[in-house]
Amino acid sequence: MHLSLDRLANVTGFGMTAGADGYLYRPTQVEEFHQILALAQQTGRQISLRGSGRSYGDANIGSESILLDITRFNRILDFDPTTGLIYCEAGVTLEQLWRYTLESGFWPPVVSGTMFPTLGGALGMNLHGKNAFKAGPIGNHVTEIEVLFPNGNQETLTPEHPLFHQVISTAGLLGIILRVKLKMKRISSGDLRVLPISIPNWDGQFRVFEQEREQADYMVSWIDCFGRGKSAGRGLFHAGYYTVDPSPNPITLRPEHQDLPDTILTYFPKSIVWRFLKKLNNRPGMSFVNWAKYTSSRILGNGRPHPQSLVGFSFLLDYVPNWRLAYGSSGFIQYQTFVPAEHAPRVFARQLELQQAAKLESFLGVMKRHIPDNFLFSHAVDGYSLALDFKITERNKDAVWRLAHQMNELVLLAGGRFYLAKDSTLTPEHFAQSIGMDALETYAKLKTTLDPQAILTSDLAKRLHLDPRA
Amino acid sequence: MPTKVIGQKAIIVGASSGIGAELARQIAEGGGLVATVARRTDRLQPLADKYPERVFPFTHDVTNYAEAPEVFQKCTDALGGLDFIIYCSGVMPEVGPHEYNTEKDLAMVDVNISGAIAWLNAAATRMESTGHGSIIGIGSVAGDRGRCAQPVYNSSKAFLHTYLEALRNRLVKKGVKVVTIKPGPTESEMTQGMKGTMPVNDAAAKIINLKDRTGEHYLKLTHRIAFFIIKRIPSPIFRKLKI
Repeated sequence: MHLSLDRLANVTGFGMTAGADGYLYRPTQVEEFHQILALAQQTGRQISLRGSGRSYGDANIGSESILLDITRFNRILDFDPTTGLIYCEAGVTLEQLWRYTLESGFWPPVVSGTMFPTLGGALGMNLHGKNAFKAGPIGNHVTEIEVLFPNGNQETLTPEHPLFHQVISTAGLLGIILRVKLKMKRISSGDLRVLPISIPNWDGQFRVFEQEREQADYMVSWIDCFGRGKSAGRGLFHAGYYTVDPSPNPITLRPEHQDLPDTILTYFPKSIVWRFLKKLNNRPGMSFVNWAKYTSSRILGNGRPHPQSLVGFSFLLDYVPNWRLAYGSSGFIQYQTFVPAEHAPRVFARQLELQQAAKLESFLGVMKRHIPDNFLFSHAVDGYSLALDFKITERNKDAVWRLAHQMNELVLLAGGRFYLAKDSTLTPEHFAQSIGMDALETYAKLKTTLDPQAILTSDLAKRLHLDPRA
Repeated sequence: MPTKVIGQKAIIVGASSGIGAELARQIAEGGGLVATVARRTDRLQPLADKYPERVFPFTHDVTNYAEAPEVFQKCTDALGGLDFIIYCSGVMPEVGPHEYNTEKDLAMVDVNISGAIAWLNAAATRMESTGHGSIIGIGSVAGDRGRCAQPVYNSSKAFLHTYLEALRNRLVKKGVKVVTIKPGPTESEMTQGMKGTMPVNDAAAKIINLKDRTGEHYLKLTHRIAFFIIKRIPSPIFRKLKI
């Protein structure tokens, strides 16, 4: 039996460096998920789960597999405006969540830098946000998930159930999350108080994170990866603090107040901004942009708190539509590593030196603080993460991969971790070493019982030997 | 040695002999993945044994065209994708100067035309959806004119040229490349005893180099020039010539 060829579609990871052709299905009903599982069994074909396709690398694609796209399975089933408990299908996005709940005074407890991920994808990767140092990953705020396992069982898991912490974080390789109950965060204002602080070097970065850790609700720092010598690690730190709006029906909670503007500098339509960024998207151009951003950070607003909407602060990546196209047709990779606090200053400084030595500085560096969690494939440690963007071209590809492997070694020596949503460069050995043999053995056992025919896969699973068929 | 096939995924239909066999060998040797399709599996096996990780043989008779979509899918599954497909199957039985043998002619139509339609339609369906890949058909200089010696072989290749042109017009805007190759006589079982044939390894290397160049291509400059002229000779004159 063969699948109809007109189901075929080409999909890519968000960074557009990895692509795959597969047979696309977009179910809207639970019965269809069961039918697709049956179809996979009949045809001996594997299934790759895909939400909004926001994972940067190859986690959301699977060559020649059934691409099970959950984006149409996206109804909000129930919401209690007194407790903030929301019950929805896994294709619901973070954007749907905040638009639905904000006027009742609730905000998603954890959001990524973009509002487009689905809950299913967010839990597969167990994503984190700028509040990771207090709130941990999104899985910490889930009270219940309904999961369809490839062995045919459909189960409802609460955090007390041992499988709860294993299905969440394992990149959709153990079961298909169908529905989610999530505890939303109560807020009384749609604005944060945001404090920008210009930071001259690595020492300053680590100091400010520790200093603001108690009071701040969100912390993130941008790093200029072109800064070297005494200026290595320079950048711009932002802390966000929840504020209290005394009015009973605050205007800041309305979506109109939150919506990102369509223009830059009043007149300039944002939809074309990426075309201009593309011109600057090369080493001298980005060296200049980073320098200009850092220099202006020292003058404009440094140390002066200002109000900013939650959406404006949280979803920085959505500020320039289609920004990824600025990287050109061969795309880019994101590389994020998580290093225990005591080793982070040394490892990050060395990662930057390696980039500069290779003349492959990341065009964007972002630093965050994290706390550990007990999910099976947890990416977090008690320490810091540094996220880097590398433009990929035919010519530099091998060099970027070599650089990434060098940086991986540093992270592994320091007992650090990697994040599957952002990964493109890990080898099976690097992943095994970072996650530990215990976690891998647990995963292998669970895979055998929950997915005995190894139906759930992805190109990432094949690359990291998480798919027993590969 | 062609290096542009490293990591590429190819299907060669008609891979048991001639240009097809040589294409499969060069792709495998060049680091590509290749699904080899032919009626005579025993001829595919040696290459598969040599490169077990990169060569996937499939037994299939192209005249059994109802089976083509399924075998096509098995090929893409084994390869884990598809970058290009080359349809090489073709037969040219000897035909006497006064022979009009329908059975023989239709058997040729089955291989040269019907099999090509079945395979390349499958590839076109896939590539129109996925928006990438190359479809390559092996036509022939023989398809440029109707000549006394091979009425149906000539027309079968002319059919392929026109069919590929139409696919090209449909698919180019989707990002798919469609390439028509018009070799002259090439060393193969088909041309045993002919003089002036092109060595098969040269022909295959040229085809691999042309695989992403949408359009019609001759493999020799002399063919390009000669057939530019031959195609333009008016019919009343052409029928008096012995070419």
